[in-house]
Amino acid sequence: MIALFINGTKHELDVPADMPLLWAVRDIAGLTGTKFGCGQALCGACTVHMNGIPVRSCSVAVGDVAGQKITTVEGLTHDGKPHPVQAAWHAENVPQCGYCQSGQMMSAAALLASTPKPTDAQIDDAMSGNICRCGMYPRIKAAIKRAAGVA
Amino acid sequence: MLATRGDFITIATAAGLALGLPLASGAEADAADAPPAPAPVSPAAWVQIAPAGTVTVVVNKAEMGQGVATALGMMVAEELDVPLAMVATQFAPADPRYIDPAWGDMVTGGSTSVPDMYPLMRKAGATMRAMLVAAAAQQWGVAPATLSTKAGAVIGADGKTATYGSLSALAATLPVPGDVALKPASAFELIGTAQPRIDLPSKLNGTAQFGIDVKLPGMLYASMVRSPAIGGTPAHVDATAAKKVAGVTDVVTTSRGVAVVATTYWVALKARKALHVQWNAGASAHVTSASIQAQHDAALAKPGIVQGTPAGNVATALQTAHKTLTATYRAPYLAHATMEPMNATASYTGDALEIWAPNQVPLQAQKAAAAIVGLPLSAVKVHSTFLGGGFGRRLEHDYISDAVEVSKQIRKPVKLIWTREDDVQHDLYRSGSTNKLTGAIDANGNVIAIHHHVAATSVTARWAPQFIQKQQDPYAMEGASTTPYTFPNFASEWSPIETGIPVGYWRAPGANANTFATESFIDELAHAAGKDPVTVRRALLSSNPRALAVLDGAVAKAGYGKPLPAGHAHGVAMVVWAGSIGAVIAEVSAPKKNAITVHTLTVAADVGQPINRDGLEAQLQSGALFGLSAALYGKITFAGGAVQQANFDTFRVLRMDEAPAVRTVVIASTASPTGAGELATPPVPAAVNNALFVITGKRYRSMPLTEAIV
Repeated sequence: MIALFINGTKHELDVPADMPLLWAVRDIAGLTGTKFGCGQALCGACTVHMNGIPVRSCSVAVGDVAGQKITTVEGLTHDGKPHPVQAAWHAENVPQCGYCQSGQMMSAAALLASTPKPTDAQIDDAMSGNICRCGMYPRIKAAIKRAAGVA
Repeated sequence: MLATRGDFITIATAAGLALGLPLASGAEADAADAPPAPAPVSPAAWVQIAPAGTVTVVVNKAEMGQGVATALGMMVAEELDVPLAMVATQFAPADPRYIDPAWGDMVTGGSTSVPDMYPLMRKAGATMRAMLVAAAAQQWGVAPATLSTKAGAVIGADGKTATYGSLSALAATLPVPGDVALKPASAFELIGTAQPRIDLPSKLNGTAQFGIDVKLPGMLYASMVRSPAIGGTPAHVDATAAKKVAGVTDVVTTSRGVAVVATTYWVALKARKALHVQWNAGASAHVTSASIQAQHDAALAKPGIVQGTPAGNVATALQTAHKTLTATYRAPYLAHATMEPMNATASYTGDALEIWAPNQVPLQAQKAAAAIVGLPLSAVKVHSTFLGGGFGRRLEHDYISDAVEVSKQIRKPVKLIWTREDDVQHDLYRSGSTNKLTGAIDANGNVIAIHHHVAATSVTARWAPQFIQKQQDPYAMEGASTTPYTFPNFASEWSPIETGIPVGYWRAPGANANTFATESFIDELAHAAGKDPVTVRRALLSSNPRALAVLDGAVAKAGYGKPLPAGHAHGVAMVVWAGSIGAVIAEVSAPKKNAITVHTLTVAADVGQPINRDGLEAQLQSGALFGLSAALYGKITFAGGAVQQANFDTFRVLRMDEAPAVRTVVIASTASPTGAGELATPPVPAAVNNALFVITGKRYRSMPLTEAIV
């Protein structure tokens, strides 16, 4: 059994220690908002927070993060209130297919937690590991700026 | 068209009003060669109003990001007079009653969903509104003409109101009017406005159900290994080690590969690596990118099949021209690389099969699945989920058949998920294309002749051979035979190439490669004539005012011709696609080795009447950046019949730090809507290329462009 605190709830997961956090979260904990895109930490679709730090869950073994606090997109909403990133994503009507957007929002939320007023370069730096094949990058950038309250 | 016949009927439901169509056979109104639609046994509901007032619109199209659910919902809501917030959508099951009448099939492709469904969905909304008005009139004992509707309620002359929900049960008992008036565009309150996507909340909180998210009781997970060389089949399988991995339940050999089935996907992935499979070499085991290129070049050295009716006489024009040019352009093979890798879930019980899959062709998938398991169509259910991208990849159902084959053998529900490497290496690719163009200009610098010869592999010959009549391959020649311009002398030829590498439709098929050649070459002719490329294009558009307005819209928005920062330049390109016209202007700065910076893309479009204005702009932005990704980086190559790229490190796609701002110009129009989802993709590579020429003085003639900059 491997214990994880996912979105504030303790989960005891009966999984092999080498299972990537992604599959433990999706298939065992049943939180499917986190997506599989590449399995090699190349696309960012699987981004979650570990103790507030963004990690690519496809490339983190669940055994290596036992006991840690994991936040997924399902945990972004707090007390029924959308996270500022979710509110900004809504205002900018960001998603197209939407498949990458959980990872995009998790990367953005982590950026804003560490850098509340990011520059364009800081946004590019934090977000270029997240691929959006629908090409909604300009809207994602606009939403991050909206959430940060920067022009 | 179906929707003009006014033949909706009410459907018996537990409560409330549901509108359907007694016959779904609209195919006879369209192409005479299209197969007739199967006669339905009972009507299917397209729009329902529950007593609580919620309006449910059944969406017979795949929602793959293009916003079709919102657009179809808006069409109904406009005519019904309900706020969009009261509209919910659900995806239609695979059922011939939900065919798109123009296709005679359930297909989401070719940028046809909005134009095809516009008459039908509006009529459904208007018919339902008329019945609710009639119900209120009966209840209040007044004439229907004294009543109006607003925001989901009928309003009496005296100001009293009744919600649609309260009227829906009575309305369901009333006759369906045979003919209802649709609103004139001047009365639109919703159509043409910017609205948030109906699916927006679920795509922000992780609850949107994609195919990969499907979970069934007792479901197992599968991963399948395929022949590295495309088309190879399993010859000998040693599954001893794989079967020893804890959690593996089955190892199954199918027509295309060997699948490991396990209690979790991770175990299936791990055990797959322990498989030892020897493969029969397929027919394409010898194929290399060089061998394909040699086939293209050999074909272009000979006459091709003339497409369409040539204009004027190109040969004569070339002889008498002031100046002639010949150039050859090359576009590589491309993968689709949707963010959601291919996947499907199948549950076969022996006498029934149920499938959940992100797909663009539910009836085709159903038919293929029924053949695999030997059941009648009536025993095979297909549920469509959200698609994590389509771009044409999910017009195929190979990945669904894989899951069906596995479930058939194990008789249990199974979800088969492709890895990204499977996805990149076993796609049905955008064909490589080689385009040879010859053109002529007269002494005044006017373009007087174009000859365009295309060598590529036909998708349509496999996917929809009925569309190819008299050796005319319309999709293959999009962007080559079809342009917004009028050339006094024009001819195009087609040389279909058989390589053994499977090809599929890829956003704006044909046009995505051909437009790179056409629009780069027109630019070459303009510079050879010593004229501005926009001036040359405007002259070629003198008999196409609609296209001229699009070009002028892009020019004005981009500030074409005005001073740019040092080292920057503009390039322009146009396209005609699915009845729409697009123009793109790229602002590009001096390239470095293998690096091109695009600062802005300006996209102007005339797509007729916009439905969701914001959705339209999003599609233009999306289409443009999809085109830029291909222009700068996209490339699939072959050696020994195998794809040499595997994941996003080797099949490079556009990322945020490389993405320019995309400005959009939408030409105001109340004409019938035409396609928007693919329009902006084809012109981008040429627009970037034409800007590069201004900066470097060099003409690049192959994609990806970053590899041309050395």
